[in-house]
Amino acid sequence: LHRLYSTNVAPPISSKVCKVASPPISSKVRQNAQFKENAAAMDALIADLESKVQAISEGGGAEARARHTGKGKLLVRQRINTLLDTGSPFLEFSQMAGYKLYKEEVNAGGIITGIGRISGRECMIVANDATVKGGTYYPITVKKHVRAQEIAMENNLPCVYLVDSGGANLPQQPEVFPDRDHFGRIFYNQANLSSRGISQIAVVMGSCTAGGAYVPAMADESIIVKEQGTIFLGGPPLVKAATGEEVSAEDLGGGMMHCSQSGVTDYLAVDDTHALHIARNNVSHLHLPPAPQLNILESEEPLYDPREIGGVVGTDLTRTFDMREVIARIVDGSRFSEFKEKFGSTLVTGFAHIHGIPVGIIANNGILFSESSLKGSHFIQLCCQRKIPLLFFQNITGFMVGKEYEAGGIAKNGAKLVTAVACAKVPKITVIMGGSFGAGNYGMCGRAYSPRFLYMWPNARISVMGGKQAASVLCQISRDKMERAGMQWSDEMEKQIRGPVEAGFEKEGHPYYASARLWDDGIINPADTRNVLGLSLSATLNAPIPETPFGVFRM
Amino acid sequence: MSHGQRLNKLSKILIANRGEIACRVMKTARKMNIKTVAVFSDADRHSLHVKMADEAHYIGPSPASESYLRQDKLLEIIKKTGAQAVHPGYGFLSEQAPFAEALAAQGVEFIGPPASAIADMGSKSASKRIMIDAGVSCIPGYHGDNQDEAYLKEQADQVGYPIIIKAVSGGGGKGMRMVFHEKDFMAALRSAKEESIKAFNDDRVILERFFDFQPRHVEVQVMADSHGNALYFSNRDCSVQRRHQKIIEEAPAPGLTPEEHRELGEMAVRAAKAVGYKSAGTVEFIMDTVERKFYFMEMNTRLQVEHPITELVTGVDLVELQLRVSQGEKLPLTQDDINVHGHAFEARVYAEDPANNFMPGSGDVKYLSTPEETENVRIDTSIRQGDAVSVFYDPMIAKLVVWAPDRLSSLSLLHNKLQEYHVVGLSTNIKFLKDLASHPQFESADVHTDFIAQHGDSLFPATPSLSDENLALTAVSYLLSQTGKVSVSPWTKSLFSRLNINHVEEVKLKNGDTDIDVKIRCVAPSYFVSVDGRAEVELSANVTVDNNVIFGSGNSADRKLECKIVQDGDNLHVFSDGNETVLSRHVPKYQKADDEAGLDDGVASVEGLVQKIFARVGDVVKRGDVVLQVNVMKMLFDIPAHKDGVISAICFNEGDRVSKGQLLYELDE
Repeated sequence: LHRLYSTNVAPPISSKVCKVASPPISSKVRQNAQFKENAAAMDALIADLESKVQAISEGGGAEARARHTGKGKLLVRQRINTLLDTGSPFLEFSQMAGYKLYKEEVNAGGIITGIGRISGRECMIVANDATVKGGTYYPITVKKHVRAQEIAMENNLPCVYLVDSGGANLPQQPEVFPDRDHFGRIFYNQANLSSRGISQIAVVMGSCTAGGAYVPAMADESIIVKEQGTIFLGGPPLVKAATGEEVSAEDLGGGMMHCSQSGVTDYLAVDDTHALHIARNNVSHLHLPPAPQLNILESEEPLYDPREIGGVVGTDLTRTFDMREVIARIVDGSRFSEFKEKFGSTLVTGFAHIHGIPVGIIANNGILFSESSLKGSHFIQLCCQRKIPLLFFQNITGFMVGKEYEAGGIAKNGAKLVTAVACAKVPKITVIMGGSFGAGNYGMCGRAYSPRFLYMWPNARISVMGGKQAASVLCQISRDKMERAGMQWSDEMEKQIRGPVEAGFEKEGHPYYASARLWDDGIINPADTRNVLGLSLSATLNAPIPETPFGVFRM
Repeated sequence: MSHGQRLNKLSKILIANRGEIACRVMKTARKMNIKTVAVFSDADRHSLHVKMADEAHYIGPSPASESYLRQDKLLEIIKKTGAQAVHPGYGFLSEQAPFAEALAAQGVEFIGPPASAIADMGSKSASKRIMIDAGVSCIPGYHGDNQDEAYLKEQADQVGYPIIIKAVSGGGGKGMRMVFHEKDFMAALRSAKEESIKAFNDDRVILERFFDFQPRHVEVQVMADSHGNALYFSNRDCSVQRRHQKIIEEAPAPGLTPEEHRELGEMAVRAAKAVGYKSAGTVEFIMDTVERKFYFMEMNTRLQVEHPITELVTGVDLVELQLRVSQGEKLPLTQDDINVHGHAFEARVYAEDPANNFMPGSGDVKYLSTPEETENVRIDTSIRQGDAVSVFYDPMIAKLVVWAPDRLSSLSLLHNKLQEYHVVGLSTNIKFLKDLASHPQFESADVHTDFIAQHGDSLFPATPSLSDENLALTAVSYLLSQTGKVSVSPWTKSLFSRLNINHVEEVKLKNGDTDIDVKIRCVAPSYFVSVDGRAEVELSANVTVDNNVIFGSGNSADRKLECKIVQDGDNLHVFSDGNETVLSRHVPKYQKADDEAGLDDGVASVEGLVQKIFARVGDVVKRGDVVLQVNVMKMLFDIPAHKDGVISAICFNEGDRVSKGQLLYELDE
């Protein structure tokens, strides 16, 4: 069963009318020493990322894996592979979640989330990794689970939960249980996703104790693996303590009991593979999402190899690069129809296709001025009216400062851009390709502006301002304070303040730090950007694109 | 055409046969603008020979005795269709003198020899006497009418031991006894006679000297017209046989001197002339390879299965000659016109199991792919993909016939083309034929009638196991065949892609009972494949799928690889490097029968009263047999056994109340 797209089938009137292709970008990049140096630096970052993610993908270590498979269970990634259509890509989110976040390592936050194809449908998969701390929920686990549900909600993606979890991680309970976006939110989301007709399918492949019991209980359909999955509000030890009743886990909440007596689960599977097969079958019976309203074309490979992006961009944020060179290595046929090319040139805007899906691209080519803000706002209005998804390619240090610019109303013009970005209801996807600093992050659809997806490159940095600038500002303030007190400002003092501030910003602005906390949906290899965007865009098209009512634009 | 010939131009003939030979005859008839009438049994309703014929008539139920052997029905159809002549093919009625006579009585031409010639050659004793009279050398023995036991013993002693006793009307080894010592003769004679009377209602026997050497079977193709002309068309060696049937034949017989070729040919012509022969026939000789002598064995008074190899080395169409002779024409050539060039082989592709004593097989040909027919490669067959090899008839699937300028290149061509012969659905002898064709003794033409028995094990080498490269390509091809078709969606491109991780896909296969675990690391556009934990093979792969057939090609370390996988249920027939390997896919537990999966276990699924108990403790039951019946609100529910086994307990009595989930009975395997 394949998703049907409306393809361009309008009868040709004349070739001129039918086929208007934008000219491809003509790359000016030469493979010189600078390019090679850039590429090598980026490759080093990618190699470090891959080695870290590869290690994280092993889950909870050899011993835990052996214990897990010894019970006849599949490892979480094997489960996902079995659940997916053969060959389906898996767009995995936030692999670095939980990285160096707690005293102990909680690889991938103990939960794997991502979008993949099941029976031809793009689905959100949320799978506990029982080899990581028994699949218990740390705060980051909850955040990742809830984020996956948010993606499912926004993009109308059926959810399949592969449940194998000991529930809330008790020592972490104050950070897991009480707040709005804590554990309870998972079930709140399940109810509300279901109420929107977004199917919720749970596969119980291990324990679902206490709160965890609600995942299958709240699901539209539940599958349970015989003699493997258990669901109960209180496990045998708790039951014995409470009432003295002695009962085995299987009798208390096993598959046979729940399928034949309680009705908590609907399908009984003999093993993991069987359960996943039933889940695939369930998905095959779902209603189809509405057909996308976009004119989707045949995909065309870019003229320039996406693997050259590292050489184009490098890793030194102080060195600028032309975003058009990046766009040329991401979009179909490297074709880019640039809008307002000569106006507000520090913001590049224009139309293109990625894997045949039309997009409007907004990309930074320098600091934001009033003109570039106005241009960006205009372009966002265009895309919203036409219901074209928006891509934000961030490399931004912020809005221009200074007397002339303040007087020119950069605050209100910047605000127009922020308003347009905030209100735009078309799918928005942000890729942080370089710096993401200050208000520039807002104007370019940072996390707070609810892009459907937000990815970072390994060379990127995110913070309220650059570390050097922050250090300078803090030094200036200290110096003023001291001088007001009549004391002497020394180079030594400057060094003492500057050093830790710069180091702190470097650490906390690093993609690993950001991704560990789920400030993004994952760090991606720049060469994968085209494919990741294609898969993400395709996922967004499961939901109809609504009208955008804009707020007041201060004129 | 010269004057004086009695011409009776044929415009429509009936072919009293089926299968490849019916199709073969039709091809020539069509070439000669002669219309053809086919007959068919129930089993052959959709057969190729029916489709090929200009008209086709139903002749009866599937067993040959009720269809293709029914002379009365044939005569009826001949009358109805106005066919002027009947081609009998081989087998069935082809050597039945009464049939030839019955046709003659109706004024219908039998495309074959006169009934008298069939009768003369059909009797082992009469034919020997006629041959001896005609100066054709026969195996020393006794072929007379005196069947007195003492007299026969006397004759046997005279001929010498070892000796063979053969039933006069015999065939297929029935009524045949070998005697090595004088003292054993009488017992063997009696048992031979007893068997013959039962089998043929005729206990007459002949005696023949048994040669202790390994003889060759050499035969001569002859053709005669009704004007007294008879010619020989080279000869064939058909020594290699199994179950007394030929399996591989070649023309001309290798290792004979020109003089021996001429001697054989002329003897065969004398034999044909001695019985007033007409049309195509084959004179079979035993060759004494030590003394280099030929002894007449018998004459087959029909066109033979292996006639195509003669056609390839002589360039004549034997069926055309048969038809022309039947029209009263003179043979359009003389002995001097018949030149033999090159060497031809025929391999008979059979549905049979060589490993199990060549047990004949039957079944559906689910997949068939043959080598391409060219000037030098000919395939005579009537079996198409989807056709069945019926239990009612000969299980031959095809004759693969090749020609090359010399014997070794012809043999190597045969071997190559056998590698391209792919049949799935039933067991065939293709692998055996390949092993035979590449056997060193066969290559050196050291053949004789005990070839298969003598070389036994060396003719049944194990199939070389698939190399890791080929297994890798097979696994990758199978895996890729499972992916959906590419659409505009990016989800159907960048297959198997994962972020920042090397994705490893597992493919589980089996070779017999041996598991093959293949791990495929997908690093677009390459695959790094490890078989059973061995070193990785790097591979590129290109896969296309056509119904159940997967074609994979790729490169690994500059080596070009190819494989074809034919899926038949859970089996994967892998053709690569000229070999076929049957693997099977991993069947998940849940796809196996419910009892194996362990879902049902004899528990009540409903609440009610036990109405009736059918099985008792100790009963052997099959899965699905009703063990008991439960009455639920006046509705009766059968409770079947969940697996095969022996009932070890029935937990209730009739009239008892059962609740949902209670165990009703217990079953031991």
